[in-house]
Amino acid sequence: MDIITGVVCPFCGCLCDDLEVAVEGNKIVSVKNGCAYSLTKYLNYQKERLSEAVVRKGEEQVPVELDEAVRKAAQILVDATYPVLYGWSSTGCETQHLGIELAEELSGAIDNTSTVCHGPTVEAFQELGHPSCTLGQVKNRADVIIYWGSNPLQSHLRHLSRYTLGAEGRWRKGRDDRTLVVVDVRKTYTARVADYFIQVEPNMDFELMSALRMALKHEEIEQDTVAGVSVEDVEELAEVLRGCEFGALFYGLGLTMSSGKNRNLDAAISLVTDLNKWTKFVMMPMRGHFNVNGANTVFLWQTGYPFAVDFSHGYPRYNPGVTSVIDILSRDESDAALVVSSDPVANFPRKATESLLRNPMIVVDPHKTVTTEKAEVVIPSAFVGIECEGTAYRMDSVPLKLKKVVEPPSSCPADEEILRRVLKEVRRLKGGN
Amino acid sequence: MELLIRNAVVYDPSNNIEGEKMDLAVRNGKIVESVEESNAKILDAAGMMAMPGGVDLHSHIAGPKVNKGRQLRPEDHLRYVQRKTQLTRSGVGYSIPTTFTTGYRYAGMGYTTVIEPATAPLETRHTHEELNDTPILDKACFPLLGDNWFVMQYLKSSEIEKCAAYVAWLLKAIKGYSIKIVSPGSVEAWGWGHGLRSIDELVPFFDITPREIIRGLCKVNNLLNLPSPIHVHCNNLGAPGNYEVTLETMKCVEDLAKEGHHSIHIVHIQFNAYGGSGWSDFSSAATKLAKYVNRHSHVTADLGQVLFTDTTTMTADGPWQYILHNLSGNRWVNHDVEAETGGGIVPYQYRRRNYVNAIQWTIGLEFALQVKDPWKICLTTDHPNGGPFIEYPRIMTWLLSHEARDAAMKKINKRARNKSVLESLDREYSLGELAVATRAAPAKILGLMNKGHLGFGADADISLYHIDPSTTDPSKDYRKVRKALRRATYTVKEGEIVVKEGEVVSIPDGKTFWIEAEGLEEAQKDVWSDLTQTFERYYTIRLENYPIGEDYLRRPASMKVAP
Repeated sequence: MDIITGVVCPFCGCLCDDLEVAVEGNKIVSVKNGCAYSLTKYLNYQKERLSEAVVRKGEEQVPVELDEAVRKAAQILVDATYPVLYGWSSTGCETQHLGIELAEELSGAIDNTSTVCHGPTVEAFQELGHPSCTLGQVKNRADVIIYWGSNPLQSHLRHLSRYTLGAEGRWRKGRDDRTLVVVDVRKTYTARVADYFIQVEPNMDFELMSALRMALKHEEIEQDTVAGVSVEDVEELAEVLRGCEFGALFYGLGLTMSSGKNRNLDAAISLVTDLNKWTKFVMMPMRGHFNVNGANTVFLWQTGYPFAVDFSHGYPRYNPGVTSVIDILSRDESDAALVVSSDPVANFPRKATESLLRNPMIVVDPHKTVTTEKAEVVIPSAFVGIECEGTAYRMDSVPLKLKKVVEPPSSCPADEEILRRVLKEVRRLKGGN
Repeated sequence: MELLIRNAVVYDPSNNIEGEKMDLAVRNGKIVESVEESNAKILDAAGMMAMPGGVDLHSHIAGPKVNKGRQLRPEDHLRYVQRKTQLTRSGVGYSIPTTFTTGYRYAGMGYTTVIEPATAPLETRHTHEELNDTPILDKACFPLLGDNWFVMQYLKSSEIEKCAAYVAWLLKAIKGYSIKIVSPGSVEAWGWGHGLRSIDELVPFFDITPREIIRGLCKVNNLLNLPSPIHVHCNNLGAPGNYEVTLETMKCVEDLAKEGHHSIHIVHIQFNAYGGSGWSDFSSAATKLAKYVNRHSHVTADLGQVLFTDTTTMTADGPWQYILHNLSGNRWVNHDVEAETGGGIVPYQYRRRNYVNAIQWTIGLEFALQVKDPWKICLTTDHPNGGPFIEYPRIMTWLLSHEARDAAMKKINKRARNKSVLESLDREYSLGELAVATRAAPAKILGLMNKGHLGFGADADISLYHIDPSTTDPSKDYRKVRKALRRATYTVKEGEIVVKEGEVVSIPDGKTFWIEAEGLEEAQKDVWSDLTQTFERYYTIRLENYPIGEDYLRRPASMKVAP
């Protein structure tokens, strides 16, 4: 039995890198240090996996050799006038590189899953900036921690123990040295362990943030309650925030995807920026997919924009609401799609999904999903971080190398390899040789 | 592959060639004495000026903070777009261009080596990923060490050897090139929302002063025999009256220069050459600093010249960026990195009519013209802090031509103009001196022996411009010269023609230099247990996941050094 240490978990944006994976005969037999999600992924990833490439012939998806699937995929993409390339958050940066190159080659549009999660964070970042840090700063220094619209005890299971509340750092030794504030619409698991739980009325986060900003400046709030919270509580919380030595605000989709979207983030950024007048305060989005941040990062250095990039003019263009994939699909402008490691058919709004299904779709994914069921071409890939290497960016932008702990089945190459072959075939077809 | 460049007017200051009409022979990427004409590609360079490929030792082109700058400024990208061609990738960006575009644009101006001067070690994997995607150029990156916990602790307990062993380990682990110090101690203090304004204040909890950090790392640099001196971004950057800190910083390592070497390089000195006690009496201290530099041989500096334009400021100096955010009202990105450093980004527009901005503009030029020895100066804007690198030709002509300076001076804030000594400075750089400030000096400071000159054995990185010094007087025809400097007629990289008439014609990958410092194996053993403990306690990644393999570098070029 081989024990592989320091394995980076390819599940959520925490990218815990202390896993110990035991492997016997190319099979993972146990995982130490991982959370429940991590364990489940490592021990069950083989279930419902795809094992062979298929191409749709009539009603049926027929198994084919990888070469044929690649040829068919490339043909569909080359024949399309405006393909969309979507997904990218559950794979390595190396694959994201190739995706962008392919989108550019095809004059298509490329988008990643932040279009449906932290896209508003990005838009607010563009408007106001973003005071942030790496997670170690929080571990070593933070005495006040806020989770707003985020429930890490059910979404990022080790976030509190590794990085925030319970983490033992240089100046904070653990739970007793820190104050936990949770703002949410319901009493979540995380709220149950909080020192302060603020129950905000749904879709009223902006109002609550604004009231907090007023309270910080000791301005008079001429109401008894704001967003369902008593003004006394708002003022008390403001004093807690003002009085800390190092505060950190973590926020989730409860803030980005509720009414107001990027405006909620504008308020949050303003709040944190204001707090730096009195103390040190930082903020960080709770990124979901293990490498959605990597997708934003690679998109940025190659195209200048973090998501929703359109190449139809031969250079990168960005205008969320226009160049974002859901909007392109909703206007029915695209005529083919390539989906990599994502399940848009199960997740997109109906109108976008309908458009997606009207046109040929190629899916590269290790899993069987609703999207693979509907695809014209499906190419199974290896699990990044389990069966092949790759680079991923943690929620705080610290890059880590994902390890390979077992060999993939021979019919499931790394998606990097698949994309490379598709790109090569596309170039061959376009060059006409 | 052989190449023969004929009849170019060559400026190669390292080899005392000043505007001599001659041939340049190239074989296997190196300059050689001669090649067989029948085998070689012949390039007729009659009427052209040839220089070694440009070397920029301080330009923020890749890595986490640059990328966050890109994220912050979509409006910047709209100012410049580049379509995909058969050969080139597409891109965008004016002050913070995308990576491919960065490589193409530098090469288009005749530059072939560019250094990313500030990378947080923990995030350097990112920096290398971007450098890989920056084509054509040779490059390297400097890890930020002035606020590093290991460094501060070893120096506090006077364990210089251990500190050196740690730095050697780090350079190897993250594939870095030189020691970079940014506002030593101040960025750690910024972890608590404070900053240090002088070099004698104590860093909170670490009980050490910036002076001790600077001196300590300078000694480490000597001990390891690194090819380049410490690169220091002085404390109190950006603030009125900060020239005193700069003087103190330079003075504090006067005694540490090794024979024939500099002990310190002051980065973007313009930002640290301010007199006055506030913004209303803000003034230039360029003359004072130039006087000091003229009298001392242990120090070099790059300019950090500002341009009147809309740009993006970015630095590891988190506390300064917060001040700039408050001063300008512009949006603010902060990014502190555990146990190591920090960073901030603020968009900024330098305005001609603004008194302070105009003074800043005069400072860089005043300094460049008053330092007598051009080998002590490198032309930079601290890209993109003072302005984007594509505007370098503008600065070059200000140095070459009094008339060009006067034309620019006429438009600046009147009070600033009246206060500046710039109008009275008659000096004009010769083309040879320009080659020193943009090629030879930076290559020498970096310790890149095969760069910045065209002697036999040098890397065949050559730039050719449509400037015929026999018919063109840069002092008078500065517009023509500026235009020519913007678009190299040819750029040759390792013997291959990569640019023709300013357009990229070939896209080889450049090398990434990194340092393998040997000789402290014993001390490294002691350091190893400290590393294990500190990572376990204070970092959020495991020690084993910290080092970056050579496989992350597209074309790694390690340089071994030994004491």
